[in-house]
Amino acid sequence: MEDPMAAIRETFFQECEEQLAALETGLIAMENGTADSETVNAVFRAVHSMKGGAGIFSLDALVRFAHVFETALDKVRSGSLAATPQVVGVFLRAADVLEDVVNAAREGGTVDEARTAALVEEFSHINDTPAAPAPTPAPAPEAAPTGGLFEDAVPPSQHWEIVFTPKPELYAKANETALLLRELRRLGPVTVTLDAGRLPELNELDPEGAYLTWNIALDSECDEEAIRHVFEFVEDDCELTITPPQSVGFAPGTVITGDNGFKFEFFPPPEMEPEEEEAPACAVATVAPAPVPAPHEPPAPPAPVKHPAVEVMAAKAESAVAVTATIRVDLDRVDRMIDLVGELVINEAMLSQRVMEAGIARASGVAMALEELEHLTREIQDSVMAIRAQPVRSVFQRMPRLVREVAAQTGKQVRLVTEGEGTEVDKTVIERIADPLTHMIRNAIDHGLESPETRVANGKPAEGTVKLLALHRSGRIVLEVSDDGAGINRARVRQKAIENGVISPDAQLTDDEIDNLIFLPGFSTAAKVSDISGRGVGMDVVRQSVAALGGRISIASRPGQGSTFTLSLPLTLAVLDGMVVSAHGHTLIIPLGAIVETLKPRASDVFPLDDHISVLALRGGYVPIVDVAISLGYCEEFIDPEQSVALLVEGEGGVRAVLMVDAIHGQRQVVIKSLEANYRAVPGIAAATVMGDGRVALILDVDAVVRNARSEAGRGEVPALEAN
Amino acid sequence: MSTTVLTVDDSRAMRDMLRHSLVAAGFRVLQAEDGVHGLEVLETETPDVIVTDINMPRMDGFGFIEAVRKDETRRAMPVLVLTTEVDVEKKNRARAAGATGWIVKPFDPVKLIDAIRRVAA
Repeated sequence: MEDPMAAIRETFFQECEEQLAALETGLIAMENGTADSETVNAVFRAVHSMKGGAGIFSLDALVRFAHVFETALDKVRSGSLAATPQVVGVFLRAADVLEDVVNAAREGGTVDEARTAALVEEFSHINDTPAAPAPTPAPAPEAAPTGGLFEDAVPPSQHWEIVFTPKPELYAKANETALLLRELRRLGPVTVTLDAGRLPELNELDPEGAYLTWNIALDSECDEEAIRHVFEFVEDDCELTITPPQSVGFAPGTVITGDNGFKFEFFPPPEMEPEEEEAPACAVATVAPAPVPAPHEPPAPPAPVKHPAVEVMAAKAESAVAVTATIRVDLDRVDRMIDLVGELVINEAMLSQRVMEAGIARASGVAMALEELEHLTREIQDSVMAIRAQPVRSVFQRMPRLVREVAAQTGKQVRLVTEGEGTEVDKTVIERIADPLTHMIRNAIDHGLESPETRVANGKPAEGTVKLLALHRSGRIVLEVSDDGAGINRARVRQKAIENGVISPDAQLTDDEIDNLIFLPGFSTAAKVSDISGRGVGMDVVRQSVAALGGRISIASRPGQGSTFTLSLPLTLAVLDGMVVSAHGHTLIIPLGAIVETLKPRASDVFPLDDHISVLALRGGYVPIVDVAISLGYCEEFIDPEQSVALLVEGEGGVRAVLMVDAIHGQRQVVIKSLEANYRAVPGIAAATVMGDGRVALILDVDAVVRNARSEAGRGEVPALEAN
Repeated sequence: MSTTVLTVDDSRAMRDMLRHSLVAAGFRVLQAEDGVHGLEVLETETPDVIVTDINMPRMDGFGFIEAVRKDETRRAMPVLVLTTEVDVEKKNRARAAGATGWIVKPFDPVKLIDAIRRVAA
C-alpha cells in the first residue's frame, strides 16, 4: 500500500507549484499596478499556505523563508507597507528564491544560501525590523503561564481549588462547562460545588445569560499549566481563579450537599450528559476520576485500529463531500483511453465502409444509425483529446523569472508582455515547448535587445519589450516571441554564413532568406559567446526540437525595429488532419498543415532540369517537383503531370516543393501510430495510421521528402530560397 | 455513531493530512475547501465539530464562523480554528466571530485530536 504521508507530501508540492504560479501572477499584477485588494490577499495566501503545509512536513528552511516573506506581504495587505516598485521587486525575487527552496525541499537538494540570506536581509529592511535572524516559524500559541513557581515543586496528588464563572460569551462560542469538567476529570478526582446564588427568578432569566459559578476541587499531580490548558479556549470568556495546592483535600467520592439541601452525585460515568450543567436547580456534584492516563498524554483512540468498524468509517470518510470540481487522473489512464478511442474511430470507419460496400441505401435505418455513431465517435475523440489539453499558462508563467534573470545578467532593461496564456494545447506539446521558448526568449534579450544606452541613443525607451504570444491558427498553435530591439544584422549574418561556407559569396539572398540562415547548424553571430544564449547550442537546435514535434519555426525581422520568431506546432501528437492521397496504388496521408494548395499542373509548366529533377513554374517562380511514388521507391517512372494532382507543400523554414500524386481521396483525421514503436523508422515516413478498410496507410514526412528532393537537386545548401 | 468532523481548508495537502489523521483516530470526516463550501456542506450535514482554516479564498474563516453562529441551530456547534496565524489580534477576531477554540499550525495531530475531543459533546 502506498504510504499515505508520501502521497500527501506529493500533493503538498503540487499545491506549491500552483501557489508559486499564483504568487507570480499576483506579483506581476502588483508590479503593473493592476492589483486589487483580492490580488494582494491571494498573494499573501499563496505564501501563507505554503508555509502552513511546509510545517506539517518539518520543511524548516521553507517555513522560515515563507514566514519572512509572509510577514512583509501581510504588511502590504494591512496597508502598513506601500507596494512600491522597489518592494514588489524584492517580492518577485523572493518568489524566485521561494521556488528554489520548494524545489530543494522536494528533491532534497540545496539552495543558494547566500541568495536566500541576502533576501532575508532585504526583507528585514522592508519589515523595518533589525536584521535579526529569521523568526521562528510558529511559536506555541498562547504559551500559557507555566507557573514556574510550581513547575517542579508540586508533590504528588496536590489539592487544587478552581473557581470558574462562565460569561455568556463562553456559551456563544459553543463551549460547554460539562466538557471542561470532563477534561478536569482526566487530571484527577474532581469535586464540584455549584453556586447558583446569582440565578434570577424564571421570569427574569435571560436564556442566553450565564449565572452559575462552579467551585471545583481537584486532586492531581498535575501542574497549573495542565489545568490552564483545560481552560485554554475559554480563559477570556470566564472568570477563573486557580488556587495552588495547600493541603490534601476531599477524598474522592465525597458527596457534597448544597445550601438548599438538594444533593446529587455523579457516578464514575463513561459519558456525561452536557445538558445536566444547565439544570438550574442542581447544587452539588462529586465527580469521580475518569480512568484516564497522565494529563498530557494523548487520549487513546476510541476503537482498536483493526476493528472492522474503523474500516467502515475510513470508507465513509473517503466518500466525504466532494472537494473540488476537478479530479487528478493518472496520465497513463488518459493515454490508454485515447488509444482506445483511436481504435474506436478506426473500427467505426471500417464498419461504415463495410456497410457502404454491402450496398445499403444511405437513407436506410442502418446507414442513419451509422452516421449518428460516426458523429458520436468524433465527439468522444474530441472530448478525450480535450482532457489532455492544457493552457500554455504553465509554461508562460516560468518566463517572467527567466526574463528577470537574463536581464540582470546582460544589464538590459526588459519588460515581458504575454498574451494568450489560456490557449490550450496537448500536454505533451506543452512539456516540449518550454525549452525552445526559453531559448528564444534568451535569444531575444541577449541578441535582440540593445543595451539601455544604445536604445536611448537611438530614440527608444531604455526598457526593451519582449512579447510572448500564443494563439490558435488553422488547427495549430502559434507561439510568437517578438522584441523591439535592433533586428537581425543582416550584413553580419551574411558575412558569417560566407565565412562558415554555408552560402557562396555570390549567392543572391532576399532579406528573409538571410534572416533564416540563423537556423542553420552551428550558426552564431554573437561577437562573443555569452553565458546566456551561447552554451554551444544555436537556433538550429531549437529548430530541430520544434521539427521533432511536427512544428515549424521562422523569423521575421525589421532593422532597428526588432524581430519576431514564430513557432507553429500541432495541437496534439495523437491525431492528425491529413489529406488521403494515392501514389502508384499506395494510400498515403499528407499532413494537412503542410499543404499550401493543390493544383492540376499543365505539362507546359513542368521543366525537367535533368533526368531526376523537374521544376514547376508557379506564378512567376519555380518550385522543385517531388514525385512521391519515386521518392518512396514505389516505382522509377515519372508520373505523367497531366494525369496527376500536385500539392504545394511547405516544409520547415518555409521551404516549398510540389508533391505529385495520382489522386486525392479526401481529407480525414487519422490516429497516429508510431512506426518506430511498431516497426522501425523509415526515411520519408513520419508515422502510420489504420484506414477505415483496415489497411495501414503511411503518413508522409513532408519535411524529409522536401529536404531530400532539394539536396538531390543540388541546391540544399541554401534553404528557403524559393520565393513564389 | 462516530464523531463527525467537518474540515474547512483551501489546501488539498492540509485537507488530506487532516483526513488521514482524523480517520485514523476514528472520526468521520467531511471536507470543504473554503467558507462558502463549508456552509454548503452544513446544509445537508450536521458535524459534531468543525475545524476551519482562516486564510481562504471566497470566504475566510472569520466570515465562515460568523455565518455558522448566525444560524440558531448551529449556535452550539463547536468550531476550532486551525491556522498558522500566531497574531493575537487575529485570534481575538476569531474569538469574536465565535470560535470555540484554536490550534496553531504546524499542528500536531495528537493536539488536534485532543482538542476535538475536548469540545465535542
